[in-house]
Amino acid sequence: MSNQHSYQSDYLDQLESEAIHILREVAGQFERPALLFSGGKDSITLVHLALKAFRPGRLPFPLVHIDTGHNFPEALTFRDELAARIGERLIIREVQETIRQRQLTEPGGKFASRNALQTFTLLDTIEEFGFDACIGGARRDEEKARAKERIFSIRDEFGGWDPKRQRPELWNTYNGRIHKGENVRVFPISNWTELDVWNYIRREKIGLPSIYFAHEREVLSYEGQWIALSPFIRLDDGDRVEKRQVRYRTVGDMTCTAAVESSASGIDDIIREITATRTSERGETRIDDKVSEAAMEDRKKNGYF
Amino acid sequence: MDLLRFITAGSVDDGKSTLIGRLLYDSKNILADQLEALERQSRNKEDGEIDLALLTDGLRAEREQGITIDVAYKYFSTPRRKFIIADAPGHVQYTRNMVTGASNANLIIVLIDARKGVVEQTRRHSIIAGLLNIPHVIVAINKMDLVDNSQDVYNNIVIDYAEVAKTLQLKDVVFLPISALKGDNIVSRSAAIPWYEGPALLELLEQTEVEKDIDRTRGRLPIQYVIRPQTEALHDYRGYAGKIASGTWRKGDAVTTLPSGLTSRITSIETGGREVEEAFAPLSVILQLEDDIDISRGDLLVNGGRPPQVTQDLEALVCWMDSKPLQPGNKYLLQLGSRLVRSQIKDLEYRLDVNTLEKDLAPGQAGLNDIVRVRLRTASPLPFDAYTDLPAGGGAILIDETSNVTVGACLLQ
Repeated sequence: MSNQHSYQSDYLDQLESEAIHILREVAGQFERPALLFSGGKDSITLVHLALKAFRPGRLPFPLVHIDTGHNFPEALTFRDELAARIGERLIIREVQETIRQRQLTEPGGKFASRNALQTFTLLDTIEEFGFDACIGGARRDEEKARAKERIFSIRDEFGGWDPKRQRPELWNTYNGRIHKGENVRVFPISNWTELDVWNYIRREKIGLPSIYFAHEREVLSYEGQWIALSPFIRLDDGDRVEKRQVRYRTVGDMTCTAAVESSASGIDDIIREITATRTSERGETRIDDKVSEAAMEDRKKNGYF
Repeated sequence: MDLLRFITAGSVDDGKSTLIGRLLYDSKNILADQLEALERQSRNKEDGEIDLALLTDGLRAEREQGITIDVAYKYFSTPRRKFIIADAPGHVQYTRNMVTGASNANLIIVLIDARKGVVEQTRRHSIIAGLLNIPHVIVAINKMDLVDNSQDVYNNIVIDYAEVAKTLQLKDVVFLPISALKGDNIVSRSAAIPWYEGPALLELLEQTEVEKDIDRTRGRLPIQYVIRPQTEALHDYRGYAGKIASGTWRKGDAVTTLPSGLTSRITSIETGGREVEEAFAPLSVILQLEDDIDISRGDLLVNGGRPPQVTQDLEALVCWMDSKPLQPGNKYLLQLGSRLVRSQIKDLEYRLDVNTLEKDLAPGQAGLNDIVRVRLRTASPLPFDAYTDLPAGGGAILIDETSNVTVGACLLQ
């Protein structure tokens, strides 16, 4: 080879290779891993990466969806079609069932969110199948507490995260050894930003649920955010429901995810909007993070993803 | 657009957090709601200016105690590059965190307070940068505004640090005068320091060439996983999957498996779901080989020039990261790439003073944040390279088999 040989690699190739390496470490180090699939763009990207990591073989883990019962129907349809298309196992566990079995109390209020309750279902599911590692699509740029979490994040038997007892993570060497009862949450796209994910989705032509693109929807305005009209929220006197053209920047529950007004009908438009936006992803769309400065830190300590 | 990972070394007093905040802020990587949160938190401050340092504070536990307990990662990008910052606290007790943050870094920014010059902490950070072989060093002499942007002050510090860099054999050391607080020479050149004619910090970060830092002649590929579909159509398919640590891998190349020594040739290379003729670090790949030889997770594929050593008796510099001491006779798991072997500390040769590089020849044991030279023996032969020679093949971790905790970073010699 000549001296001009270029060894430069694109940042998306580097992020992709890092994520694939992490997924293969999970396969190599754990007996019973699972990939937590929410139907959102980050976990859809994870599935795409997993296929690259293990095809032409089968995925060495099932997809697991913790269904809060408050999902966008479009996300559920997408989930089922994806699982069928790739021919991999999909395990669904319902928060509704946990509420019934364990007689949990649902939070009340206008936007009664099952966000906290899904931790119960997640921990039950981990126990039911004996999962020792759960792969998730969380990113460090999302939130301050996430910025400090390891790629292999050890959780105690209650799923709890202790930021002061994290293992040092050196080079690309991941220590996944755990005691019985503990499990590891693994975040292969830790080092990706929101924009990285969108650029990757564009490059790889990854399909997404339709709600990520501009569509007409009945919404109500609440503290400057657009909340979808659904059977899961309470309408009060004075609430005005309007038809708006919106899209979703993140996809969580219908009760805790806000829409943004947008006419972006394709990936290029979305990337343009995100590049120009002056608000962060969670700040714009997540009602659940506004509770306190340390909302995520607290939830993680209690077993949340 | 490529990727650069860097670490910032310095304490809060040196303006490290302000520098990171400034880089994110001036490169427009801070968004409106994050800024609002900052303004809210800065409101209690006397001067009313936005405290950019607050951007790098993470957890409530840390904010309450005004400390940083761990490495935090920050991201920003320019049209030319994506940057990953490992923000590690600089205090004396945090060697562990700095080593962790430095292990993946292409570059280190060593911050020096212009009023104080080269101090013990500067030496410590530089020694660690040298031990970990960080290929590029930017010495940012900060708070220039507080010394009237004096060229003399700057020049004296450059002379002092050049001495340190020479002793430590640091490669590619670049200096620049900045004021993180005022934003001078951070994103663009500042008129406040007219005598400095070099590039601003962000330009340096964008221009540093990193792809030459990886060895392209000696191939190292730790095998993580063997893909075996075992379907009718792919009955004999065996794909050896791993992330290339170094070297260049081409179809038709001869490869050797270590420690077994079995050889074969590459018949196909796949990366990112596509078949390619050639692949190199840092790509994740799947290789298929001509012969059906026994390869499994933990094996190392090598090609090209000088092969690694394969032995059970190793020497290593260990940065100790656990509160329980390291003592001769202790047994640990050693993880190098995808290989996990039992090992025993045979001898503790000396402790390195990270402030002076002096050797304490009879340390007895090593405590948290100590760097020591050890002799160890592994239960089975380990293929490895000397870290100083080929970092991609010589950085390992030690794991306490009873607590499962990562207790040491091992630079094999």
